[in-house]
Amino acid sequence: MADYILEVNDLKTRYVTRFRENVYAVDGVSFKLKEGETLGIAGESGCGKSTLAMSLMGYYFPPLHYTSGSIIIDGREITGEDPEVLRRTALGTEIAYIPQAAMNALNPTRKIIKYINDVLVAHNIRLNKKELREMAEERLRLVNLPVEVLDRYPVELSGGMKQRTVIAISSLLSPKILIADEPSSALDVSSQKLVIKMLLDLIDKGLVKSMIFITHELPLLYNVTKKIAVMYAGQFVELGPAHESVFEPLHPYAKGLMGSIIVPSEGIRDEHLVAIPGTPPNLKAPPQHCRFAARCKFRQPLCDSVVVPERFASDGRLFRCLLPEAVLRELKYEDQIKSKQEDAEVELDVNIIPFAGDNGDGDSGKESGG
Amino acid sequence: MKHRLRTTFQNTNFLVGFSILIILLLLTFVAPLFMQGSPLDMVGTLFNKPGNYVNRMGVIDAPKYPMSIEVDSIRLGAAVSNEEAAQMLEWFEKSELDIEWKMLNPAKDHAEIVELFLANYDDSIRLPGTSAYRKGFTRLYLKVQNLLSADGYVVQVEDSSSDSGYREVTKIQSRDFTNVKDVPARRFFLLGTDNFGRDVFHELVSAIGNSLMVGLIAGSIATTIGLLIGLTSGYVGGWVDNLLTFVTNMFTVIPSFVILILLSYSISSSSRSIVVVAFVIGLTAWPWTARSVRSQTLTLKNRDHVNISRLSGFGTVRIIVTDILPYVLSYVVMAYILQISSAILAEAQLSMLGLGPSTTTHATLGLMLSWSMQFQAPLSGAWWAFIPVVLSIALISFSMNLMNTGLDQVFNPTLR
Amino acid sequence: MTETDRVKVKRRELTDTFLEGKNMSKVYGMGRKANRAVDNVNFKFRRGEIVSIVGESGSGKTTLAKMILGLTSITEGQLEVHGQPRAFGTTAEKREYWKNIQAIFQDPFSTYNVFSKIDKVLLNCIELRGQKNLPYAQKVEIMTEACSFVNLRFAELTNKYPFELSGGQMQRLMIARIYILKPKLLIADEPTSMVDACSRATILDMLLKLRDEEDMTIVFITHDIGLAYYVSDTIYIMKSGQFVEQGTSDEVILNPKSDYTKRLLSDVPSIYEPWDLSSDDVEEDEFAAASGGDS
Ligand SMILES: Nc1ncnc2c1ncn2[C@@H]1O[C@H](COP(=O)(O)OP(=O)(O)OP(=O)(O)O)[C@@H](O)[C@H]1O
Ligand SMILES: Nc1ncnc2c1ncn2[C@@H]1O[C@H](COP(=O)(O)OP(=O)(O)O)[C@@H](O)[C@H]1O
Ligand code: SF4
Ligand SMILES: [Mg+2]
Ligand SMILES: [Mg+2]
Repeated sequence: MADYILEVNDLKTRYVTRFRENVYAVDGVSFKLKEGETLGIAGESGCGKSTLAMSLMGYYFPPLHYTSGSIIIDGREITGEDPEVLRRTALGTEIAYIPQAAMNALNPTRKIIKYINDVLVAHNIRLNKKELREMAEERLRLVNLPVEVLDRYPVELSGGMKQRTVIAISSLLSPKILIADEPSSALDVSSQKLVIKMLLDLIDKGLVKSMIFITHELPLLYNVTKKIAVMYAGQFVELGPAHESVFEPLHPYAKGLMGSIIVPSEGIRDEHLVAIPGTPPNLKAPPQHCRFAARCKFRQPLCDSVVVPERFASDGRLFRCLLPEAVLRELKYEDQIKSKQEDAEVELDVNIIPFAGDNGDGDSGKESGG
Repeated sequence: MKHRLRTTFQNTNFLVGFSILIILLLLTFVAPLFMQGSPLDMVGTLFNKPGNYVNRMGVIDAPKYPMSIEVDSIRLGAAVSNEEAAQMLEWFEKSELDIEWKMLNPAKDHAEIVELFLANYDDSIRLPGTSAYRKGFTRLYLKVQNLLSADGYVVQVEDSSSDSGYREVTKIQSRDFTNVKDVPARRFFLLGTDNFGRDVFHELVSAIGNSLMVGLIAGSIATTIGLLIGLTSGYVGGWVDNLLTFVTNMFTVIPSFVILILLSYSISSSSRSIVVVAFVIGLTAWPWTARSVRSQTLTLKNRDHVNISRLSGFGTVRIIVTDILPYVLSYVVMAYILQISSAILAEAQLSMLGLGPSTTTHATLGLMLSWSMQFQAPLSGAWWAFIPVVLSIALISFSMNLMNTGLDQVFNPTLR
Repeated sequence: MTETDRVKVKRRELTDTFLEGKNMSKVYGMGRKANRAVDNVNFKFRRGEIVSIVGESGSGKTTLAKMILGLTSITEGQLEVHGQPRAFGTTAEKREYWKNIQAIFQDPFSTYNVFSKIDKVLLNCIELRGQKNLPYAQKVEIMTEACSFVNLRFAELTNKYPFELSGGQMQRLMIARIYILKPKLLIADEPTSMVDACSRATILDMLLKLRDEEDMTIVFITHDIGLAYYVSDTIYIMKSGQFVEQGTSDEVILNPKSDYTKRLLSDVPSIYEPWDLSSDDVEEDEFAAASGGDS
């Protein structure tokens, strides 16, 4: 048994578009996950959350391509394995992925039980009709879903029920790691609650060992996962325990994001939300310096000229910012670093790393249109 | 839009179909430039087979080149029919002479058979059978012997001043040759001639053009009507929709071919020109375009961009033109192509029933088929009069369907 | 070294009734299949008020919105504008009504005609304002102003198609449209449900700004009671076509009376209180048979 159930080291993947351009959608992501731990990934639309999720499966097909880095699931390095072997022996059993729009991708003319059979057949498990039904019913009872859904067509199920069914099918083979990509974003709050309940139940019952949960709803993430990562333009800019990430974020972007949280509690009405102006950089040519620089309120002169490495705070939290940890801990998003003189006083405690190559022009001013 | 067009032309299916169509079109425009006369000139006689026809007198007039090429057996072979060769073999068998004939094929080895026959035939051998039967062999022997003995032909013209009343013009030796190029009067019939002796190839080329025109006219009419009715009935709804749907359904329930036949029948045959027939086909083919456009319009109507336009107070026509039409257009293009190809088929079917365009000045694919059937081309073995026509129809439908599949792949990429 | 600039949200007094719904119902279908999507609702929207209508999917929010917008007929009851029954018979009357009422819809991807460029979308609005014959330079000025109102740069949008924008940008462009049209009433049907939390904050603040600057009445439809609390003055809670609770935001959120409201509140994850996942008051059985309409 390895120390970590999932270990990702400096993973880089890219899309190759129809016009042969590279989109560096995951660009140097590292993290480790112990058994029973859950990781939440938050971030703006287009920052690469879904791409990261797909990349974690180690199974790449165009337009997504692997560039570098490693993925180790429970001691087994899956990067570089033969895709066909991987599909048979890892997908669904080691790691399972519930795509963003999975519930709307079900073919309306096939009954749910057919999908269950498909999953089994894909892993060379062949059961006769009776065994299949028994096994499916047992599984559904385990996850508290009514067995009637087996004989329903997808269109006959409400959104929430459909999503829970999709989760049940995806976790059928008890994968070690379950990746859920925005499973509840298309649902209303009540259905969302049922979906979350089911996911947490899967972990409690040991049906999945670890979960990665993707959403842009921070309050939801806060309630679902133990750790939260904030992603920006293909990189993690903040990774730490859920409570610290939400209440004491270090990275300026994370600070801004936390200011956009809306919960129905007293006081929320009185102050305007924080809206970070500007748009994320174009991932076709991401800047080599701090990717957030173009939108950052606290930008320092050096921010535009050096590579920002992953840094670790005293308590082990990850952040990707040049400002010293102490300064970041004090800083609130509403604050302003006041005068130019004081600017100079903010000492950047980081080794200056020059840009690696000069393929990109490192121009942060270039923003993507959408 | 540009991008759409580019991907469309990158699609293999579409490209192949489109190329076939363009080649056919080019053929209809370019080929007539190299041909004499009009496509329906009756130049030949009933069902001349394909080939290069040269004028016989021209051959005599042309310069001759004696050559040492063995021609007797070839001539003999060509002069003897398969039946006659078989008859000779029969003689060999019945005569019970010691002749190696069993290896010979009456369909191929004419020259050898004739040679053997000439060498071995003996009138004195009495074969069993009636005397008429035996006389048959004697006649055959004389015929081939005559052919062989003629060492040349003498060509004469009538000449009253001469004693015999003829004057010799030239002698043709058996080994005389003429360069075909030296014969000025020639005609190449790639596909022979039809029942009226018309050059089938020339006719076909112009028929393809005319049939495409029928398709284009009928397809345009059907698509325009279908589009208008579908859009109106889908978008306006209410009683307008009910009425239009009723009419559409009526046309669908009664097979359109029946309407087509009745319509064609009721138009007096003298006024049934190609254009009129195209109109008639177009007027009966619109219902299915209308139905599918209507159902698409119904879903589009509920899209929010239409709601936004309605809230902006835009008129019905403006909304239909700017907010609905562009969305159904890709579909309509596909439907249009199918309409063209089915109109071409419909014209062929009508013509076969004798309800096609009644014209003697223009040919269509359907008319060509109909003529060749009336004059029993298949029975006379005149394949050239109908097979190329059938193939052309198939090729046109095939290319259109291919284009359609291609467009479908471009417009609905999820289908793949 | 710090200085707080988190802005206080302005709230205000409201009096003047602008739109009033009386016993409004909408029935889809007929006979045994009849479905009362909206069932006898009453409401009052005042000038400059932000009203939220909160409910689960299928509760009838969109249907009510479409009735108010005049995009679908009202089966029973009536709608009064400034105390007068809405005149909505002739085309001219409809045009007049629609001059004062506009909407933003849920799905930004279906709100735009994919064949029209962004310029066209905004130019249409200027045309609607009756300024069709303005010189182009002035039109550009108006468009630029509207775009900067929603933090977009017009220069970057010209000659682009709406689908080249992100969902959040599309919804903001929709607000820019409203900014040009300046209707008296704006109905925003789940305008933030398809955009990420970051853009959502921007969009909500723009709605607040529209109200403050243009004195617009805004009907904000959502399934997230937290959002409703943040933006609105008054909240209506809708369940199966009926309003089960209504009142000022503070009343409804801080002292909910109906059980349904309480359940909705408990369903929203919070960061200040633990999220109670154990409660089983949620109906487990939800075999909604193929339900039409949008969700
Ligand atoms: N098939 C593709 N080909 C090329 N680029 C792509 C493709 N899919 C996504 N991208 C690009 O990769 C980047 C990351 O996309 P991704 O879908 O991972 O974002 P996301 O964080 O999941 O966003 P959302 O919250 O909207 O789901 C974006 O810039 C996107 O434009
Ligand atoms: N065009 C329609 N035809 C028939 N029923 C509809 C239609 N639109 C909505 N409905 C039904 O009306 C009810 C309310 O739907 P809707 O107003 O869209 O709810 P919401 O916006 O709150 O999700 C649902 O039961 C839905 O199935
Ligand atoms: S590195 Fe500089 S620009 Fe980047 S987030 Fe930190 S302070 Fe802002
Ligand atoms: Mg995603
Ligand atoms: Mg709705």
